[in-house]
Amino acid sequence: MAIVVKRPKLKWWEQLYIPGILSGMRITLGHFYRTLSGKKKVTMQYPEEKWDEHLPEHYRGAPALVKDEQDRERCVACQLCEFICPPRAITIKPEEIPSDDKWAKVEKRPKAFDIDMIRCIYCGLCEEVCPEQAIYLRKDYAITGTSRAEMVHDKDKLYEIGGVRVGLVNKWNELK
Amino acid sequence: MDWQIIIAATVKIVVFVFLVTLPLVAMSVWAERRVSAAIQDRVGPNRVGPAGLLQAVADGIKFLLKEDFTPDHVRKGYFWLAPALVMVPALMTSAVLPFGSSLFGEKMVIADLDVGPLFVFAVASLSVYGIVLAGWASNSKYPFLGGVRATSQMISYEISLGLSVVPLIMIYGELNLSSIVLYQAQNGWALLPLWGDGLSLKGFLLFIPVLISFIVFMTSMFAETNRLPFDLPECETELVAGYHTEYSSMKFALFFLGEYAAMIIGSGLAVTLFLGGWSLPFGWLTPESADAVVPWWHGLIHIGTFFTKVILLILFFIVIRWTLPRFRYDQLMRLGWVFFFEIALFNVVLTALIMWWLA
Repeated sequence: MAIVVKRPKLKWWEQLYIPGILSGMRITLGHFYRTLSGKKKVTMQYPEEKWDEHLPEHYRGAPALVKDEQDRERCVACQLCEFICPPRAITIKPEEIPSDDKWAKVEKRPKAFDIDMIRCIYCGLCEEVCPEQAIYLRKDYAITGTSRAEMVHDKDKLYEIGGVRVGLVNKWNELK
Repeated sequence: MDWQIIIAATVKIVVFVFLVTLPLVAMSVWAERRVSAAIQDRVGPNRVGPAGLLQAVADGIKFLLKEDFTPDHVRKGYFWLAPALVMVPALMTSAVLPFGSSLFGEKMVIADLDVGPLFVFAVASLSVYGIVLAGWASNSKYPFLGGVRATSQMISYEISLGLSVVPLIMIYGELNLSSIVLYQAQNGWALLPLWGDGLSLKGFLLFIPVLISFIVFMTSMFAETNRLPFDLPECETELVAGYHTEYSSMKFALFFLGEYAAMIIGSGLAVTLFLGGWSLPFGWLTPESADAVVPWWHGLIHIGTFFTKVILLILFFIVIRWTLPRFRYDQLMRLGWVFFFEIALFNVVLTALIMWWLA
């Protein structure tokens, strides 16, 4: 159904258009003055000033792997994150943990763990799905590289970003 | 004696056109970006040089170093001709603008023609050919539409532009821009008749048609230079970039420079006709006659005054651009043909009546 837009009936001085120009210029010049006099500051000079300290708690930056307090990698290569990743940025090559290893009970660990940061959409589903709390989204956001290969984070890089995370993980509790 | 005139003219051309107007074009591009940024609560280009002042230089280098690409489907000869046809008339009009009284006995105007405003309109209207050629030679739909719009818009507003100047010429009784400025310096600016002969009933009554003229002239100038709110030939939301869609690198830069040069020369003309050109208000430091000896520091002050006024008017152009939304095409045509044409005609009659009554 067509809607007839009612046009406002303008006074003669409004039809002259000049009062409209003047009131418009009052607004723009007001902004001009406020910005120039520094009363209003919106833009941040990015590379010099950064937003880092003000990032919110729930900020989702680059995903990274973490180790636990015993310097053991938490990831058990279950590949749930690989399967849930919407843009398929994660590639995991699992391997068996040899029986003489201290952590042989865990059975499986990632041999290679690659996240393609060109593909990653920072959705956080990997962190959400991980049963071992091994992958977390950190607050790093300026992920750059000069080649495609450089933009793929391998296992070493992921642990370098992730570091150690202390917290309860039941899997390696011998009593369980 | 001829070679002296030639040398003096060459020096004035080089200094006024290439050392002042072209850098002013670059600076007004920078000012455009900084002012628009401030109006929109942003910062704008502030990295290259102090406060980003060298941004224009960086832009120029970028334009020069970019690949000069000519698409396959264009009509090559006209495609190459068009940018020059936009740039050259814009700079040529600066020949008759008096940008100062005189310096070391030399009149500060390149060509002291007795048909100043007519020359400006005659040459400025040539730049429409550049735009039409660009639109047609590009051989694709957006430039074509932009060119068509530019043609009708510039031709329509040329009428009201020319007619709006007629009352002023009637008042001054003079077509020589230097004499017009001198008259204003002695008898009050057209828009500020507060000294000399301006302080009379005639001066105050004539202020009404002059004000109408100024509004018509400024608005037509916006339309002539394709600036917002009348930038329909290149409105980026509908026509990509209008008539210069197919252009890149230095050829695009010529369109860009031509547009800004036209804006600066237009401001210069408005300053000369309405705001007393190089003269200071209230007759300060005004020479007695056109041939009077002017001390060199008076001459420098006059040149500075002219450029201050021009720069203020350019800032006005810029603020208007970032204040008003674009007109619709039928509104533009209606404004030009139904309102401004009639107002300008009526204004001529009104001026004539006032002058006849007070003669």
